[in-house]
Amino acid sequence: MNYVLLVEQTLNGLQLGVMLFLIAAGLTLVFGIMNFINLAHGSFYMLGAFFAAALTKWTGSFVLGLALAVLACVALGVILEMLALRPLYARDHLDQVLATFSLILFFNEMTSIVWGTEPQYIMTPALLSGSVELFQGVHYPVLRLAVTGFGLAVGLLLYGIVTHTRIGMLIRAGASNRQMVQGLGVNIGLLFSFTFGLGAALAGFAGMITAPLLAVQVGIGEPMLIVAFVVVVIGGIGSVRGAFVSALLVGLVDTMGRFLLPAWLGYRFGPALASMAIYILMAAVLLWRPQGLFSGFRG
Amino acid sequence: MLAMPLSGEVFYIRLATRILIFGILASSLNLLVGYGGLISFGHAAFVGLGAYAAAILTHHDVTSGFVVWPAAILVAAMGALIIGAVTLRTSGVYFIMITLAFAQMLYYVAVGMDRYGGDDGLRMATRNSFFGPVDANNPNVFFYIVAVLFLAVLFGTRRLVQSHFGRVLRGIKDNDRRMQSVGFNTFGYKLAAFVLSGAIAGLGGALNANLNAHVSPAMVHWVLSGDLLVMLVLGGVGTVAGPAVGAAAFIVLEEVLSNLTKHWMAILGPLMLLVILFHKGGIYALLLGKKGRSGD
Repeated sequence: MNYVLLVEQTLNGLQLGVMLFLIAAGLTLVFGIMNFINLAHGSFYMLGAFFAAALTKWTGSFVLGLALAVLACVALGVILEMLALRPLYARDHLDQVLATFSLILFFNEMTSIVWGTEPQYIMTPALLSGSVELFQGVHYPVLRLAVTGFGLAVGLLLYGIVTHTRIGMLIRAGASNRQMVQGLGVNIGLLFSFTFGLGAALAGFAGMITAPLLAVQVGIGEPMLIVAFVVVVIGGIGSVRGAFVSALLVGLVDTMGRFLLPAWLGYRFGPALASMAIYILMAAVLLWRPQGLFSGFRG
Repeated sequence: MLAMPLSGEVFYIRLATRILIFGILASSLNLLVGYGGLISFGHAAFVGLGAYAAAILTHHDVTSGFVVWPAAILVAAMGALIIGAVTLRTSGVYFIMITLAFAQMLYYVAVGMDRYGGDDGLRMATRNSFFGPVDANNPNVFFYIVAVLFLAVLFGTRRLVQSHFGRVLRGIKDNDRRMQSVGFNTFGYKLAAFVLSGAIAGLGGALNANLNAHVSPAMVHWVLSGDLLVMLVLGGVGTVAGPAVGAAAFIVLEEVLSNLTKHWMAILGPLMLLVILFHKGGIYALLLGKKGRSGD
């Protein structure tokens, strides 16, 4: 075992964890406030990546492209919430699941109509290309480091908003008791539109900053979404802190599992077990604490 | 519909067989969703287990349907027992997410099984054999085999729903805690329903593998789980015949739309959304002239 690889893989795991947090945060807030399950949340991740690819090409600037793409995600999220999702809050979870499932099919197909089935690539800005020597003998791509850094910064910003601002206070209050907040005169519909837009922006942003690392193509959202579900379940629904801890945990377990298990168990069973690792982790957490590690807001 | 093979058109016989198989699958999911109130978004896991069990046994030259199909049912039931024992500890939205996650886990296992085709899937050299003139490789005979099983599942569902077990299950759907305090071991009942539903899905999976002479990770994919739920809601949740009606409507719609354009999903998606936003108990209720979602 060489420690250079170990450091690299740990950083990769951290990066995956941060991306998962950005996706899971929106999911858990939306569910916490409106008791609404949104399967189409992964579409924001995918569309964020596509928007970024198109807009950076169009503007010729990485930063400007990303900024516009974030705005596009927010706009899409808010419009979607107002047009299609509002009637679903009063419905049971089955209708919510099916409606948002049909939205996934729609978004995936529209994306392939607009962009085709060929993968899109996004240019890496010169500043972020190449690699950096972290310490003696350990080189790591600047881009990956920046992705992790951006993700962490946005995550911290979100944490700050949720815990230290008035709107964050309302979001938390809404998550613990919607009727009460409404009774105190807060426009819960508006608050929820805001939260939904925020969630869409976060998931979209995760897609955008990962875009230079992967082939942007139709269907990249759902695998991430399902892992984000695992994160939310482990962390406890409604808890941003829980989502953060469990996202890092899941990111590290997944990456390290893929790295270490084949080496330990051989190439016959190692890879299969590695792809199951996070689900086994989830099952173990459920047996121990069925409500998740940080079930903050609801019992 | 049972006179379908008389038309002699292989295409229509296949389509009808497909409808019946998905009728079986949607009915098995209905046991959970419609009668137990358990919204499983991971039903493809059991379809896939049954399908892969059938294809792998056939691959190893075990071709007798009398062995392969029960084996497929057993494998799916075992999978359902394990997954159910973990997932049923939760409820509501947790249950939806966790069933989805476990099904996705099996999807990755299927993709990773290089010995059995991995991503490309596994071809079945022949359909499973029975005795004498019952030759499943003949499309007409296979259709009738499926039809008999389909009717058996429907009849069984009807009997089950009216039985003591079915009543307890519906009681749990209405109020789990009340049933507990009355003295029922609700976890046991739910697990039994989960295993039974998984077993029937396994049979459906084996049938589907036989129909296509091929299995692939697509049979374990989350989209299949979603499609089955859509069929269920389209036809009518919690009715005996509803899921089969929904399966027929869904498959015919898919067939018609996919002939119109290759981007048929862009039409199907919004169409489904509209049905869900405005449905009143599904097609089956419409046919019967009932209003509102019928509980039983």
